[in-house]
Amino acid sequence: MMRPVYIAGDNIITSLGFTTPEVIHKVESGIIGFQKYDDRSLTPTPLPLSLVNTDLLTGKFREILVMRHPEMHEEHFTRLEKMFIVSIHDAVKETEPALYGSNSLLIISSTKGNIDLLEEGKKNFPDPGHIYLWKMADVIGSFFGFINRPVVISNACISGVLALSTAARMIDAGLYDHVVVAGGDLLSEFVISGFLSFQALSPEPCMPFDIARNGLSLGEGCGTLVLSSEHKKSTAVMVSGSAVTNDANHISGPSRTGEELAMAIGNALKEAGINPGEISFVSAHGTATLFNDEMESKSLEIAGLQHTPVNSFKGYWGHTLGAAGVIESIATIRSMADNLLFRSAGFNEIGVSVPLNVIRENIHTPVQNCLKIASGFGGCNAAIVYRKM
Amino acid sequence: MNETLFITHSNIIRKHTVIRNEKVELNNEIFVNFATFIKALYKKEAISYPKFYKMDNLSKLGFLGAEMLLKDTAFLDRYRKEEIGIVIMNSSSSLDTDLAYNETIKDKSNYFPSPSVFVYTLPNILIGEICIRHKIKGENAFLVSDQFDPGKVIESVKLLLDKDHAQACLCGWVEVLGESFESVLFLVEKEKTIKEYYPLGGYSPFTIESLQQIYQKK
Repeated sequence: MMRPVYIAGDNIITSLGFTTPEVIHKVESGIIGFQKYDDRSLTPTPLPLSLVNTDLLTGKFREILVMRHPEMHEEHFTRLEKMFIVSIHDAVKETEPALYGSNSLLIISSTKGNIDLLEEGKKNFPDPGHIYLWKMADVIGSFFGFINRPVVISNACISGVLALSTAARMIDAGLYDHVVVAGGDLLSEFVISGFLSFQALSPEPCMPFDIARNGLSLGEGCGTLVLSSEHKKSTAVMVSGSAVTNDANHISGPSRTGEELAMAIGNALKEAGINPGEISFVSAHGTATLFNDEMESKSLEIAGLQHTPVNSFKGYWGHTLGAAGVIESIATIRSMADNLLFRSAGFNEIGVSVPLNVIRENIHTPVQNCLKIASGFGGCNAAIVYRKM
Repeated sequence: MNETLFITHSNIIRKHTVIRNEKVELNNEIFVNFATFIKALYKKEAISYPKFYKMDNLSKLGFLGAEMLLKDTAFLDRYRKEEIGIVIMNSSSSLDTDLAYNETIKDKSNYFPSPSVFVYTLPNILIGEICIRHKIKGENAFLVSDQFDPGKVIESVKLLLDKDHAQACLCGWVEVLGESFESVLFLVEKEKTIKEYYPLGGYSPFTIESLQQIYQKK
């Protein structure tokens, strides 16, 4: 990239907490966020899920509402919109109001948005138009005062990485100086029943790359990253390359060879101007389905990264869908700032055909360049490279 | 760096018109519903691709739009499959299929969620279907906007082509919700490529004005 694209702010909301330090502190202590739920309005069979505490979320949202928009009413915001607002509010605290000029943009990444509005119990929500992703994004954008209309990216499980890639490219091209990327998805009966119909869900918390892995675990959450050509944090981390590819093979199954994800990794490294050997850590997609993890291991081998330390953060808070790429990028950036690689929760014994270097214990080590990868339905793959200055 | 880009082909599918490369073909058949319309168009185009029948309405429409757009062009031969990007936008994402899927789970005494329906509750599956059909392996992006937004389409496509993340792009707008639908697709190529292939012209600059002009044709 020609222009620097710095990380200027961030926030993670998951079952583990409402700020990045809170969530990362729990990860560092080895705490995982799943609880077994047997709530029939959510899931027909008991499942481990990583859910955000609604009472705490509402409390935080009310404080922000009183502070920013005392004239507005809480009942005009959906649960996901509240989560986005709480996340963005925390992420922009050091950079606003510089973010709301004509040189700034908000990108929203979500797969299903306010899909819970289709439920019988939500029929009385004041404005059914919030079912449209662009409407949800407009509500969030105007809450903070972004002048430009938000861009919405909905590209299955690569949405978050694709949104970050798009944001970095926009800054690089000089279209904007600051881009706020917020990714979020909720768990609802809609999403859970769908993954159950695929028989893709594990009855126990997911075990990415493990021999005993038995499917993915779902989580909900929101992540916000502020990218900027001007502002940066004390440990300066920047986006140095990104790429997206398609398998052109199957709409719901990953590539058998992993070549296409490997191609995305290769293209991203090329743009970053580094060799695979210069990557300190890979934050894998690692959903813990048999096919995803196997494909990913092959891709990492093709890309020359089979010996590089790798983890999947999904062992801590599950697959957060449209939020995953953003949340897991933030956790990766924390690893870079703290020179600390995190254990891959749920992993004991390698269960993919390429013996990847899956992280077993937290490691204090210099962390310089990192790779975040993602793959999703529709055959899409994405890779993004972060560099510490 | 900042290459001049051109629209080399376009295709529009609406209820009563198909517009190929800005030439309007009126459809005199009485519109009954989307299902019969799209099937008739598929047959008329003489395409043989059994997977078509398994697709949801959004994928059927966009797939057919892409077929008609690419037909009789050498576009796919001109580029490596890794060099072709796809950027598609719409307003209601996959809501058309979301509503259909929701019908399968809302009644607990008649509960039959199916993976073959659920997979289409993501709008980018349409991009996946086009990629599978033509073995296109380049960059993808699915954007959601309240209406066809030429400025945003251009912005996204330029991000791919200006920095060589792709050499050519299939892009546009594919919207389906119930009986309301519209497919507006374009092939966008770089100046350096097209001079060789279109010595007689027949292309428009890739600008908001050209996109609007093509889009507004009835």
